[in-house]
Amino acid sequence: MQLARKQSLFKTILEYFVTVDHKKIGLLYLFSGLFFLVCGTVLALLMRIQLAVPENDFLSGQTYNEVMTMHGTTMIFFAATPLIFGLMNYIVPLQIGARDVAFPFINALGFWFFLFGGIFLYSSFLFGEVPDAGWTAYASLAVVSKGHGVDFYLLALQLSGAGTIMSGINFLVTIVNMRAPGMSYMRLPLFTWTSFITSALIIFAFPAFTIGLILLLFSRLFGAQYFNVAIGGNTVIYEHLFWIFGHPEVYILVLPIFGVFSEIFSTFSKKRLFGYNSMVFAVILIGFLGFMVWAHHMFTVGLGPFANAIFAIATMAIAVPTGIKIFNWLLTLWGGSIRLTTPMLYGLGFIPSFIIGGVTGVMTASAAADYQFHDSYFVVAHFHYVIVGGIVFGILGGLHYWWPKMFGYMLNETLGKISFAVLFVGFHTTFFVLHFVGLMGMPRRYFTYLKDQDFGDLNYISTIGSYILVLGLVLIVFNYIYSTVIREKAVNDPWNGRTLEWSIPSPPPMYNFKQVPQVNSLDAFWYEKMKGNSNMSSPDELSDIHMPSNSSLPFFMALGFFIASYGLMFLDKGSNNIAFITLVIGGIIAFGSMVLRSTIEDKGYYITKKQLSEEDPK
Amino acid sequence: MISNTTKLTRENFPINPERATLEGQNKYLGFWFFLCGETVLFACLIGTYLALKNSYSTGLSSNELFEYPLILIATIFLLTSSLTSALAVYEMKRFKFVNMQLWFFITVLLGCSFLALEVYEFIHYVDKGFKFTTSPFSSSFYTLVGFHGAHVSFGILWFLTLMLRNAKSGLSLVNAPKYYLASLYWHFVDVVWVFIFTVVYLLGMVG
Amino acid sequence: MKKIKYFIFTVFLFLVGCGNEARSTLNPQGEVGKLQLQLMKISTWIMVFVIVVVLVLFIIILLKFIEKKDNKDFIPEQVEGNRKLEIIWTIVPILLILILAIPTVYYTFKLAVTDTEVVNKSKYLVNVNARLFWWEFEYVNEEFITSQELVIPVGKKVYFQLKGHDVKHSFWIPSLGGKQDTNVERTNRMYLIADKPGVYNGYCAEFCGASHALMQFTVKALPLDEYEQWVKNMKTKEKVSTNLNGEEIFNSKCSGCHSTDPLDPRPLKARIAPNLGNFADRPLVTGILKNSNQNIKEWLNDPEKYKPGNKMTNTYGELTEEETNKLIEYLNSLTR
Repeated sequence: MQLARKQSLFKTILEYFVTVDHKKIGLLYLFSGLFFLVCGTVLALLMRIQLAVPENDFLSGQTYNEVMTMHGTTMIFFAATPLIFGLMNYIVPLQIGARDVAFPFINALGFWFFLFGGIFLYSSFLFGEVPDAGWTAYASLAVVSKGHGVDFYLLALQLSGAGTIMSGINFLVTIVNMRAPGMSYMRLPLFTWTSFITSALIIFAFPAFTIGLILLLFSRLFGAQYFNVAIGGNTVIYEHLFWIFGHPEVYILVLPIFGVFSEIFSTFSKKRLFGYNSMVFAVILIGFLGFMVWAHHMFTVGLGPFANAIFAIATMAIAVPTGIKIFNWLLTLWGGSIRLTTPMLYGLGFIPSFIIGGVTGVMTASAAADYQFHDSYFVVAHFHYVIVGGIVFGILGGLHYWWPKMFGYMLNETLGKISFAVLFVGFHTTFFVLHFVGLMGMPRRYFTYLKDQDFGDLNYISTIGSYILVLGLVLIVFNYIYSTVIREKAVNDPWNGRTLEWSIPSPPPMYNFKQVPQVNSLDAFWYEKMKGNSNMSSPDELSDIHMPSNSSLPFFMALGFFIASYGLMFLDKGSNNIAFITLVIGGIIAFGSMVLRSTIEDKGYYITKKQLSEEDPK
Repeated sequence: MISNTTKLTRENFPINPERATLEGQNKYLGFWFFLCGETVLFACLIGTYLALKNSYSTGLSSNELFEYPLILIATIFLLTSSLTSALAVYEMKRFKFVNMQLWFFITVLLGCSFLALEVYEFIHYVDKGFKFTTSPFSSSFYTLVGFHGAHVSFGILWFLTLMLRNAKSGLSLVNAPKYYLASLYWHFVDVVWVFIFTVVYLLGMVG
Repeated sequence: MKKIKYFIFTVFLFLVGCGNEARSTLNPQGEVGKLQLQLMKISTWIMVFVIVVVLVLFIIILLKFIEKKDNKDFIPEQVEGNRKLEIIWTIVPILLILILAIPTVYYTFKLAVTDTEVVNKSKYLVNVNARLFWWEFEYVNEEFITSQELVIPVGKKVYFQLKGHDVKHSFWIPSLGGKQDTNVERTNRMYLIADKPGVYNGYCAEFCGASHALMQFTVKALPLDEYEQWVKNMKTKEKVSTNLNGEEIFNSKCSGCHSTDPLDPRPLKARIAPNLGNFADRPLVTGILKNSNQNIKEWLNDPEKYKPGNKMTNTYGELTEEETNKLIEYLNSLTR
């Protein structure tokens, strides 16, 4: 694109700090997500090394707990979430024919909150006080955990959680208000639909977590007594709050992946998504039921047979809409013309993997049987099948699918296929055997197991598998680098796509659509192509485009809260003024930026008609 | 839709100025979603409070603690302030900037009185030996009511910032949504108070 | 290669429902575990059915609908959906779920212990007190205490009242039946039955800190007469010990926390360390190490090495070689 003149590297980097463009923010999310994915993978590898043989002393009990806590927290909040947000940020506005999201400024703010949350969490390694109470941080253990480790966890998640809620609101409003003419709800691509439901889940789920974290934080920092059972406190409250958030969180992560695969299946079998209406209905139903089932994580807490039975049935009910989706995908493929591209391989690998994760989910929903499954390696196997076999496959497949759109060049297909195969084999080797480790009686979160208990062989297989899995990930990252060097240019529509994002240049110009497209059908672009049009038509004349101006305030606002968090955490050190000063400085930066934001009027700027027509290469 | 350059008069001022621009519509909708989240937030706090209400340990219990006349006055202040902020929005829709500012100012005054009473209430309780760390009941009470108080303070600051920021420029389609949302927020905080009043204070009476 | 074959063979064994009877949920040794295995099997078969249906469709798709080289421009029919099919794959899963839901609800109620009266009146009732990182078993009717090793009679319904006293733990004996958390704010109740005599592994199944993985215990199921004899022995107060020298060291260094009396009269709060009343009879030291002189010695020299984060480290000062040996001698005499 000609508008952006050649810039120095420094200027380009600087631009990412002040950007409010949804595409750049999307890329920021994706790359920081990949970074944290690498961190989390390294931690996972450490755990697998420790567990390869019985009574191993590679990691001590305490270190293992820290590694395990960081692995879980990283993967859920700082790898999966941002990677999905990255895809949503980049793709959703393009799919609905919008020039930007509804709140570009808040979009940037959400990102910086997330990133500073992640940095805050990882700075715990520098302080030598790492969170060690598990990613769930159950109250009784988290309250008594020594040092500031758990405080790092609490404040980091408070920061990134605030960012997540902002993004959730932003996507909801974007999808409701910013759709192109003709893009009715029942013409939304499924990825947009799932992003919409996910955002709604975020709005209702995250505040519960916020309160859970605040209760823990107040208990640890200010001596609040909610969890002091000696004088009538109750720690089960925290478990409820955590899972009221925690279960929908699973759907927050997996629903957009359903969307990604719906796009991939439809595109690469050259068929309309089978049963679009029931797919949308199923997503809504899953989102709704997702809030009704949190106590299935608490079957062994002793809530009584009534509660357990009700939550068991509610949980099983989720299998029905999920089944609808699986069969609709299969019928989308049925009768199609399937192209075995790399994204499609991820899709085809996803179906059997996710089915296994799904059925073990129904098995654990069976309350009385769950007394055996709960907190054993069976559960570890179950949720890794869902998270790796579902979410990670979806993210990697989605990245491969949209990469040409985002960067303007293709990822290498051969490398892509090889890396997928390695990843697939490694994944199943690692996690399939863990089902049996659990059934044989090994509880989860064990840093070691005894020699005379026969958990060794299967754990050893699992560790070998994890090496293969990591090799797969290394190959994938290598592909990203290799393809960037080779730069095989991508056309606007490399996959013969169906939705609006394929109708615009790769990478898209900063305003996305020169003229807002007129949508006439589901799979709008495919519809036009079938009618013989190579471009979308527009109801409007070419006119000036209003753009929001860049701002460094989101960065500084988040920075302020980031600094203040350190101050807040170390306040307990008695006469320590440094903590208090840090808190005040952070507060001034944060609230100062807010005041600046509300007093400086952002008028934005215009890309004029003249610039637009000059730019057109044809 | 009116373009940004048109001069606003009482005649051409839209009936719903907060939703007259796309930006306004976005803010309006986004804020409702935000309030959904806030509702869950307070629901969780109220749930926690209810679970710990009777765990007063060696500290004071709810029916030994509360000063009802004080709370009643505070409630009246806050409910009235909701009315005045509604009147302010009414004036905004009639494009009467000064009247609007005036009503918002009264809202702020009432909000401040409420806060002052609440602070007095807390100090009073602490004097009675009912501290934040006394019992699970006291912790959850201060957390819930304190959270609401923090929301009230934020609302007051929001109103003040808006009023000062726009004092010279007058009403426009850019700041109308902001005023409207601040007022919406204020109503929300008020509704939450009604719940707190019921759950904490009225239920507290029965013990 | 041989090892791989062995691996495959082991996996196969588990698939057909074997597993070590001391700790496998797949080889249950009591009614509760058997009921749960039954439910696990029902759900597995239903789920295998689902997987098979999906995989068959999936394989047909892979065989039939991959794009042919000469047919790249083929545009398949753009099917919107099929009401009948969609109804079928909504109804069938609902039916499958119902098939699973009915036994689930039935077993959930069957296994629940809701009537505290029944528990209080039951003949075999054990209070399980979980602490970082050890277990205390309080025989309610017989009024004595033991730690780390739970002894139960074969064929009898043994009720448990579970509570944690620092952080949350979870009480799990996989081969006898599913787990219940030991909450810190209230007591959970459950029952287990052992069908035949044997030694089973017990675990803590709720993450509780640095030595969570080492918070294990053993369960010994004895025939009824042997069990009754054991109870009787536990209740006879007199010590068999004659090792006065070792006892002296024990009294000065250890007895502040540990009691050697199963009838320990101290209240629950004061019992902050495992009761050693029948230490010499137990198969394991601290629930994880084989009970041998060497292991006791190493444990006493550096408990932190074996159970990081435990509450015993640095509470009893340095022990000389001689003191340690005497202590071991004394501990070995603690038999009932």
